[in-house]
Amino acid sequence: MQFSFSEEQEEFRSMLRRFLEAKSPPSAVRAQMVTDQGYDPDVWASLAGELGVTALHIPEEYGGAGFGVSELAIAAEEMGRALLCAPFFASTVMAATAIINAGSDDQKRTLLPDLASGDVIATLAAAEPGGGWAPDQIKMTATKAGDGYTLTGAKSYVLDGMNAGRIVIAANAPGGGIALFTAAADGQGVSRTALKSMDPTRKLARIDFDAAPVELLGDAAAGAEAYAKTMDVMLTCLANEMNGGAERLREDALEYVSMRMQFGRSIASFQTTKHKAADMLLDVELSKAAGYSAASALDDDDPDARAVASLAKAAASEAYFQTAVHAVQMHGGIGFTFDNDTHLWFKRAKQSEAFLGDANLHRERMMQHWGTEA
Amino acid sequence: MTVEQVRADVQAYLKANWDPNLGLVEWRLKLMDSGWGMPHWPEKWYGRGLPLGMTSIVDEEFAKVGAVGVAKMGIRVLAAATILEHGTDHHKEKFLRGILTGEETWCQLFSEPGSGSDLAGAATRADLKDGKWIINGQKVWTTSAHHAHYGLLLARTDWDAVKHKGLSYFILDMHQPGVDVHQLKQMNGHASFNQVFLTEAVIEPEYQVAELGEGWKVATTTLMNERRGADSARKYDSASERLERIYEEERAEIATVMAPYTWYPQRMGRVDMLIDRAKALGKFDDPATRQEIAKVLTLAKSAEWTARRARAASAAGKPQGPEGSIGKLAASIVARAANLAHTTIAGPDAMLTGDDDGTEGVVAEILVSTPAISIAGGTDEIQRNIISERILKMPKEMRTDTDRPFRDVPRNQV
Ligand SMILES: Cc1cc2nc3c(=O)[nH]c(=O)nc-3n(C[C@H](O)[C@H](O)[C@H](O)COP(=O)(O)OP(=O)(O)OC[C@H]3O[C@@H](n4cnc5c(N)ncnc54)[C@H](O)[C@@H]3O)c2cc1C
Ligand SMILES: Cc1cc2nc3c(=O)[nH]c(=O)nc-3n(C[C@H](O)[C@H](O)[C@H](O)COP(=O)(O)OP(=O)(O)OC[C@H]3O[C@@H](n4cnc5c(N)ncnc54)[C@H](O)[C@@H]3O)c2cc1C
Repeated sequence: MQFSFSEEQEEFRSMLRRFLEAKSPPSAVRAQMVTDQGYDPDVWASLAGELGVTALHIPEEYGGAGFGVSELAIAAEEMGRALLCAPFFASTVMAATAIINAGSDDQKRTLLPDLASGDVIATLAAAEPGGGWAPDQIKMTATKAGDGYTLTGAKSYVLDGMNAGRIVIAANAPGGGIALFTAAADGQGVSRTALKSMDPTRKLARIDFDAAPVELLGDAAAGAEAYAKTMDVMLTCLANEMNGGAERLREDALEYVSMRMQFGRSIASFQTTKHKAADMLLDVELSKAAGYSAASALDDDDPDARAVASLAKAAASEAYFQTAVHAVQMHGGIGFTFDNDTHLWFKRAKQSEAFLGDANLHRERMMQHWGTEA
Repeated sequence: MTVEQVRADVQAYLKANWDPNLGLVEWRLKLMDSGWGMPHWPEKWYGRGLPLGMTSIVDEEFAKVGAVGVAKMGIRVLAAATILEHGTDHHKEKFLRGILTGEETWCQLFSEPGSGSDLAGAATRADLKDGKWIINGQKVWTTSAHHAHYGLLLARTDWDAVKHKGLSYFILDMHQPGVDVHQLKQMNGHASFNQVFLTEAVIEPEYQVAELGEGWKVATTTLMNERRGADSARKYDSASERLERIYEEERAEIATVMAPYTWYPQRMGRVDMLIDRAKALGKFDDPATRQEIAKVLTLAKSAEWTARRARAASAAGKPQGPEGSIGKLAASIVARAANLAHTTIAGPDAMLTGDDDGTEGVVAEILVSTPAISIAGGTDEIQRNIISERILKMPKEMRTDTDRPFRDVPRNQV
């Protein structure tokens, strides 16, 4: 594992941070979160074009930049910090990764360039209503139809499901075992419904499939591992995204208490405030270390990478929400208002706690893979 | 008075008088005459002089026959308690009736943009001009101000005195030109609190409560009652489904007056929903979930029994132990733990809200409302200060704001 970022990586981070500070201040987040689409196509175009974040980890031969999970995770962290409203997580982190891991060479050649350029937005539909993202929670099973397959049933909590032009679907192959399929979002037998999301900066949808023709990505027998590897990348990026948000909350709360006076003195001078701030730093720094290590482990093909990805998600789930609770508390009454920005991150923290599985689930997944290959 | 006697008396009263076909106000006026509406109040003022701890017996008997009580929700209880303790007979005659019938709503004008935890730092000014108090300043987080008839106002009358001695307490008529109320939206989407701008608002001298400069003492009475009300044993009115006239009127009252407060039970964490939710979502047999629910129930039950011990002590006329002061802090800890347990149980449904979350948005509302309980009515940190400094008698923080005229104390520039 690598324990520090290269100069190029640091450079990339500061460039992205400057961009997001300009394009995704809280006023922009508020403006986007009340729209149905939930993102600004101009900002998306710049992110894809000038900054090339949509191409980051896509191999060069498929139109990408050929970077690793570490770079992807840096982007996620900065976007989480800025609470960026954009389909980056759905399209680049989820769908592109799934295609990279599962698709045949031909399929990658056909599908990835449009994702790398940001021209097509894609998403991954895995969890089912009331279910979850773990393979054993996925019940939908494909049916063989001629040369291809069809899917019937419902997927839910699909990130940017309404914005996507392409959907990658995790479902069981007819013979059992998870496989990855894909279809156009406006394809035959596919219908989408927007869901009310608790975090308005992140749009969700339910997708119903009614004998919808789908294309199998790659080889069904390799699907389970492809989905697991995709999950590792998603968990790692989500953890880093969450840490970015947590750090921002931590910094904002610290700035607020340093400004505010009660009892004739700065509330930052009360020991309980200082201890809270110290605890928040501890929580966030520990979680960041886990997030970075998960990315590095994936890039190094470390045999423990799977366990570490789940560890990082479990750590971030607790650190982010705890930081959000402290941040509201440190603001006092104003922290509970809609006009104050703290709640925007609070809701992201809450939603992310459940997204891709909660801390309990990932502690269990971590234990199942801990040292198994070492 | 023994418990049995009280029970027999209230049963007899209800048997002879309770009639769901009465009007709501009509019945409440009867209750006030009988003293059964507020049995722990003095006999002279709508009560029966019973110990506070006996009120639960009366509540039980009311619940058995479905009898409606006097109006007890919200700031009105704090207003009533404060007026009973510090008000003049004129205040009691003028205000208690409208409080108990529910016809008049109250708000608490304490917090200001510059002073929340440091309530004694209030900088809204009251100046005596031509025999009337003229009020200028700004209050904030004022629950109910948008539909209140009267406000409990803490304002500064002496800028040369030390901070706690320069405050006085008033009853402000909210329906006058100098009072400008703006609703504030909360992170959970509701708008139950407000900003209140006071510009040359007028108070007749007779509506000052207690002596000049005694405002902090009176405010403390209000706050103690607020904190007590926040403990975990508190129940919220829910509309009865029954059809008689009084229930219809009560439903209308809850639907209108109580509309901004429908989220209040959710901010307490809705521990009552945990087991049913876990069963409904097939999580009841999951060991990790069971542990989490059990932990919350342990906390919540212990907090409830602590509140009951406090009430039992007071019913028996014994002084309250420390259990009386920890209720609010315990409620806050319960709410936080319940938030996490609800998230675990909901799984991915915790990402949804409104009619998509499977509970018509109730669980989503819990997840974004529990932070209120750790702030409203004195933050957790202030509660810990009270517990450590007042109950445990630990040394007070060094102060630099109480040894000089208030005008010289550093304050937020707002
Ligand atoms: C839902 C809700 C309803 C409310 N309703 C009313 C109402 O009807 N009427 C009314 O007057 N007010 C009301 N309030 C206001 C409430 O009482 C205040 O918000 C609260 O007392 C905190 O004050 P503040 O907001 O100014 O925060 P601050 O006092 O600025 O506190 C900020 C942070 O500093 C900490 N802090 C402050 N002093 C100390 C200290 N000495 N030691 C350690 N930590 C400290 C606090 O604990 C908090 O974490 C309401 C608040 C809420 C959230
Ligand atoms: C929303 C809210 C709810 C609260 N609920 C409660 C509650 O339920 N019970 C409770 O006890 N408190 C309650 N408090 C008050 C809380 O204890 C105080 O706000 C906090 O402890 C700090 O108060 P203080 O230091 O200004 O007053 P304290 O120092 O605690 O003042 C206590 C007494 O000391 C006197 N005093 C202090 N300094 C001086 C001085 N230099 N010269 C002369 N007299 C002085 C004051 O006149 C006052 O009577 C609540 C506060 C808030 C904001």
